[in-house]
Amino acid sequence: MADFSDFKATFFQECKELLENMEAGLMAMDGGEDVSSHIDAIFRAVHSVKGGAGAFGFNKLVEFAHVFETVLDQVRQGALDPGADVLQILLQAGDVLNDLVTMAESNAAVPDGYGQEVRAKLHELELRGQGGGDGDAPMEEFDDLDFMPVAATDLPDAGGEEPAPEAFDGIEFQPVPADATGLPSATGYRVSFAPRPELFRRSNEPLLLFRELRRLGTLTVACDVSALPDLNVLLADGAYLRWTLDLVSDCPIDQVREVFEFVEDDCDLKVEPLAADPGPMPAPPAPPVEARPIPATAPAPAARAVAAAAPVAEPVPAAAPSPAAESAKVPPKDSGEAQRKDEAAGGITIRVDLDRVDRVVDMVGELVIMQAMLRQAMGDLPRDGKYGALSRGLEQLFQISRELQESVMAIRAQPVRSVFQRMPRLVRELSNQTGKKARLVMQGEATEVDKTVTERLADPLTHMIRNALDHGIETPEERIAAGKPEEGVVHISAEHKGGRIIIQLTDDGRGINRERVRQKAIEKGLIAADAVLTDEETDALIFAPGFSTASTISNISGRGVGMDVVKRNVQDLGGRVTIRSTPGKGSTISLTLPLTLAVMDGMIVSSGAETFIVPISNIVECLRPKNGNVQQAGDGGDVLLLRGEVVPIQRLSQVFEIANARDTLADCVIVVVEVEGGSKLGIVVDELLGQQQVVVKSIEENYGTIPGIGAATIMGNGQVALILDVDAVGSAGRPANGRHIH
Amino acid sequence: MSKRILTVDDSKTIRDMLNFTLSGAGFSVAQAEDGVDGLRVLAATPDVEVIITDINMPNMDGFTFIEHVRKDPLHKSTPILVLTTESGADKKARARQSGATGWIVKPFDPNKLLDVIRKVLP
Amino acid sequence: MNNTQTHGGMSASSGADPSAPSHQYITFTIGEREFAVDIMAVREIRGWTATTKIPNAPRAILGVINLRGTIIPVLDLRASFGEELTVVTPAHVVIIVVIGARTAGILVDAVSDILTVGQDQLQDIPEVERQGRDAMVREVILVNQRLVGVLSLERLISQSQLELTDKVAI
Repeated sequence: MADFSDFKATFFQECKELLENMEAGLMAMDGGEDVSSHIDAIFRAVHSVKGGAGAFGFNKLVEFAHVFETVLDQVRQGALDPGADVLQILLQAGDVLNDLVTMAESNAAVPDGYGQEVRAKLHELELRGQGGGDGDAPMEEFDDLDFMPVAATDLPDAGGEEPAPEAFDGIEFQPVPADATGLPSATGYRVSFAPRPELFRRSNEPLLLFRELRRLGTLTVACDVSALPDLNVLLADGAYLRWTLDLVSDCPIDQVREVFEFVEDDCDLKVEPLAADPGPMPAPPAPPVEARPIPATAPAPAARAVAAAAPVAEPVPAAAPSPAAESAKVPPKDSGEAQRKDEAAGGITIRVDLDRVDRVVDMVGELVIMQAMLRQAMGDLPRDGKYGALSRGLEQLFQISRELQESVMAIRAQPVRSVFQRMPRLVRELSNQTGKKARLVMQGEATEVDKTVTERLADPLTHMIRNALDHGIETPEERIAAGKPEEGVVHISAEHKGGRIIIQLTDDGRGINRERVRQKAIEKGLIAADAVLTDEETDALIFAPGFSTASTISNISGRGVGMDVVKRNVQDLGGRVTIRSTPGKGSTISLTLPLTLAVMDGMIVSSGAETFIVPISNIVECLRPKNGNVQQAGDGGDVLLLRGEVVPIQRLSQVFEIANARDTLADCVIVVVEVEGGSKLGIVVDELLGQQQVVVKSIEENYGTIPGIGAATIMGNGQVALILDVDAVGSAGRPANGRHIH
Repeated sequence: MSKRILTVDDSKTIRDMLNFTLSGAGFSVAQAEDGVDGLRVLAATPDVEVIITDINMPNMDGFTFIEHVRKDPLHKSTPILVLTTESGADKKARARQSGATGWIVKPFDPNKLLDVIRKVLP
Repeated sequence: MNNTQTHGGMSASSGADPSAPSHQYITFTIGEREFAVDIMAVREIRGWTATTKIPNAPRAILGVINLRGTIIPVLDLRASFGEELTVVTPAHVVIIVVIGARTAGILVDAVSDILTVGQDQLQDIPEVERQGRDAMVREVILVNQRLVGVLSLERLISQSQLELTDKVAI
């Protein structure tokens, strides 16, 4: 087995995909989708995990997967109805399986009794699937082992050669003397063997079986041809021969029987120990034709050859195309499955150190820039004659570089779906535990974020959801009393904004109990007893380190659930977290995270000599002010009248103190953007210079936060362009946000 | 010329392990990821002498695959071994019904795998 | 002076007193004055390239440039001394330095030399009241009758409000 250890990495990589497929399938079923279109894939995923795990001796994983798979198989066969309770258990089983894979991968010992609770539930389901059986689980080979706490090291190697003895029940053999139970026999065995036609139809071959027998000792073969009919009635795939084989060997009888393992149901077989002195070979039922080691021209193989060479026996349509035509006719089970398969196929890759990818990303960026510079240098040269080819080649090179850049960027970017996917289950589990009813609505799962960001989002999101269920959503009774629907809604969304990703989690629960938060903060010594705090400041206390109490410890993870953990995680990612809460209505927690490597569609705008990028996702529309649609507001600022809506406007040149920008509003362009909270803002710029996909680069890394600027990018000419953070531009009117350092 | 074996399994891990074992024993290996793929590969590579196939696969499972292979006059008597994690009798019975020659219980030991192939390969 | 060596160009030094721990500095000029910066902090030296202005930035921050895919700020050292902005020409030079986890460019008039200096040649400037340029010079090196101020990059950064990220992250 040591030979196979090289394949472990492949296995775990594959497990990841399989588990994702399983998860996606279970979620789809949970979401009310048709069971039959998902259960096969789920079953196969668990089955494949089991298969691979067996090869590496991950016994606990194999055992659990086996129980899990058995229940899935029942669902698949329609023996078990996948109601809400069943799905719940399947989802939990998925979790346990996931954990077991993780433990196997990290070589961690599986804690005693790990996953037993879920396994017991699976076992109950299994019984239910058997029609509420009497507790016997005949299909369940592992059952008795399962509930015995066994240290991993005590388990027999899953790769062990010896099958369990009971695996051989159901096979009829002659009663054998005591020495036959695995002990070597003194002399050997007599095998009576009469194949039936089925044996040949399954491509088994007596000659090969005899060859195997001969490896065990000295073999004497006697063939009985008395049943052979006349040639004119001989069927191509008929079986007319019987053999008696004497094997002189001290091997155990099991080994002899094993030779006939594949054919035992397709033949009459008798294995008896040879008497100490067998004497001359006893006469077979009919006179033997031969009693010598098998001749090369045994009739049976000949019969088989006839079968192969005589397609006449069975009318068959045109030969070769048939499998292909057949395969073309088989459609994928459903488009979803096909897609998942595509995704899985696309996901099978090699693991690469992220640093290497980053190096490539940076180098390709440089390449593209160099390219642009070359193109500029070419600009003055004539496009014909000897420069024509050069210029065309350069153009092609430019195209290739662009594609290269896109491909490289795509390596790092990853939709947040992989993290979001885990959340519905969490909500369900927590609902069950807390006795609350809640539904999760997700939005923007396709939003792409750098892989490192995606990976590190899981923890904060988990904490946030737990917090929403623990403290936000009320019990069904409370909700009804408050005039709300019984079922609470937790809404989670992701979007790109100003070169950052914003993740929002909103619940329609009771909101923050500010009085309680305040008291707790005083108790914990976080604020003075007489501190005067605004509502926002009070709300923000839940993120203070040490605010969480024992009462928030969840029995799902057993870990403390502190919102300070969320804040720390988000800060580690270079982001920030804010909370807005309305008593009785609910809370919204927003995470604003940088996307060091995200790609974004941007509108290039100019103001004076400066160029900026406005994220397309923020833009509602762009328009030239006309007479009458821009008016003076009461406070001296201008507003835009947009189809009856009053939209405040900001001159970018004023916000950023840009010299030489256009003065007359009529010469400018107003970019109407949507800012946080859904309100609109008109940003006045000089010109729109075009749209472009840009690579978002951090400006905080080496400089710092710039109010009104979310990130930066590098343009084709190698120059840096800044990407607007439209929310901050919107609030730049307030002096507290401006940072004027003169 | 080395004998060619077709392996059909949706798990890359298993495919890799089979390939490793069989190539190491001097066989040439053709690979397919499911039943449909298996039929395609078989049509393109008619000199396959043994087929090893998984049962649970997307698009076309092992049973159906075997039935199709058996209908092809070229492979009417090509030995087919199924890979199965179950030692359960029902799976074997179904495989046999479809026309399988024998089976290999996963996880397989490299030597045992080769033993089984020897048992069916002329 | 004693065993202080000056070299033309950027070649490594030789002939320093091996017994005294020595350090290398890159010297550069701002007008008539000469300053030094620890060579360990210098990543490279490049010619001047146009910067992208940062809105509402401190006066001495000329903007940001693209350094092989990374965006770094460029600081006008003369302006951060509280003097007028440098009128840049293609002859001007940007020294790319690494300070902690940050990379930044410093615009200077010209790079002049590499000095290998023993500890004993470094003289602390007493902590008296300092303003502008002096606040960023923590030590001086006496070389050939000239005084070369050793620039404290940490102070330069803090005085130039480049440390904003640390303050803003709440």
